[in-house]
Amino acid sequence: MSPTAVPQPDAASVSAAFAWALGRDLRIALRSKAELGVQLMFYVIVVSLFPLASSPSREVLATLGPGVLWTAALLASLLSLPRLFAADFGDGTLEQIALSPRPLPALVSGKMAAHWLTTGLPVAVLAPLLGEQYAMDGTELWILAAALLLGTPILSLLGAIGATLTLGARGGGSLLALLVLPLYAPVLIFGAGAVDAVRSGLSAGPQLSLLAAGLLLALVGTPFAVAAAVRIALD
Amino acid sequence: MIVNWYRYSSPISFYPLAGRLARVFGVLAVVFTLAGLYIGLIVAPTDATQGDAYRIIFLHVPTAWMAMFIYLVMAFWSALALGFNTRLSAMMAQALAPTGALMAALALWSGAFWGRPTWGTYWAWDARMTSTLILLFLYLGIIALRNAIDDPRRADRACALLALVGAVNVPIIYFSVQWWNTLHQGSSISLTAAPKMAMTMLEGLLVMTAGVWSYCIAVTLARVRAIIVERERGAGWVASLIAPQGAR
Repeated sequence: MSPTAVPQPDAASVSAAFAWALGRDLRIALRSKAELGVQLMFYVIVVSLFPLASSPSREVLATLGPGVLWTAALLASLLSLPRLFAADFGDGTLEQIALSPRPLPALVSGKMAAHWLTTGLPVAVLAPLLGEQYAMDGTELWILAAALLLGTPILSLLGAIGATLTLGARGGGSLLALLVLPLYAPVLIFGAGAVDAVRSGLSAGPQLSLLAAGLLLALVGTPFAVAAAVRIALD
Repeated sequence: MIVNWYRYSSPISFYPLAGRLARVFGVLAVVFTLAGLYIGLIVAPTDATQGDAYRIIFLHVPTAWMAMFIYLVMAFWSALALGFNTRLSAMMAQALAPTGALMAALALWSGAFWGRPTWGTYWAWDARMTSTLILLFLYLGIIALRNAIDDPRRADRACALLALVGAVNVPIIYFSVQWWNTLHQGSSISLTAAPKMAMTMLEGLLVMTAGVWSYCIAVTLARVRAIIVERERGAGWVASLIAPQGAR
């Protein structure tokens, strides 16, 4: 597009771009703490509704627990996705970011990292407390937290693709859910499966390893997909 | 003879070719389907364990195969659309999505009606059913994204990217669901250990697959023609194409 050749990105410019985007989005997030609190409350409330809908008996809750805690984490991630790009798209910041000579995949990676730190990480930290409500004990709670720590970044990464693709599209939130939730299915299966495995006396090793493998794959692939999607959105 | 494939990457030269091919495959679809139904419903013997209910596989299996295969084909055209920025590739991907969704829905629907007499339930969380259901969601997501974006060129590229992301995910989804299923259910409900198929049943299945495949090709080409006319309505050749009817 531009007549001048863009210099090949080196490691320094990649990390500088990542750090800049991460710092900026974290600063914005921390200046609207109420919004972060509301998202966390959403998670707590959804998780607390299931016992009301089924039964307070410990056996039922123990069976439901991992699935409920994970499904609610998926929904909390989904609800927070529009925050990732929508405001920047609306006021033109995203266009400026895309125009910068810094590598776009690194810039969007910084934004995705900030998104995970402000949404996925709090959920993973809070989940063991809520696990108590679902009759989970020591090891199960640790595995739950570990699985969420490995799984929620994948949600932020995959979700970012959907969030970028739906920029400027009609249908907003429900369209985003239709695009993103099917892609979340493997994370849900392995994440909830990790706790189930511990409960039935097996090792959670395979599930955690698969989650870690998925995370690595997503870390490598999604920054480029999201950068491509940003360019499409700005066409 | 060397065919210049690039020639057909332009809608104006592809449009008449697609029309001819759609007719050929439409005829093939009718012939194969009638032959397949004849073999499947009349020639093939009644199954010893499942009775006549098994005959629904002559529709079920081809549609399930097509549902997966069309996603691959759609991802292929999407990759071409993104890589070479060719309009026609994106139109092909757009034309394939509804047929793929239809095939996935038919596979689930026919599977439910096979499951009722055989398994005693319309729906079981069998690994293949679950992954076909997620595949249907992926198709519907692509169609919905297409409808939600007004600019067709932007919709082309957004849908192409989504199709490629989905194509990377489809095997992961498939294996995760299979794994989940083996952990949670006994293998009491399993078709992998199905008894050997009679030769005529296999023949019927293959002929029906050829029929369904031809149907998919014919319908996709017919749909891509409609998309070309709709998108290129500003172009002179389309205007002259529709002028005789439109002038009156």
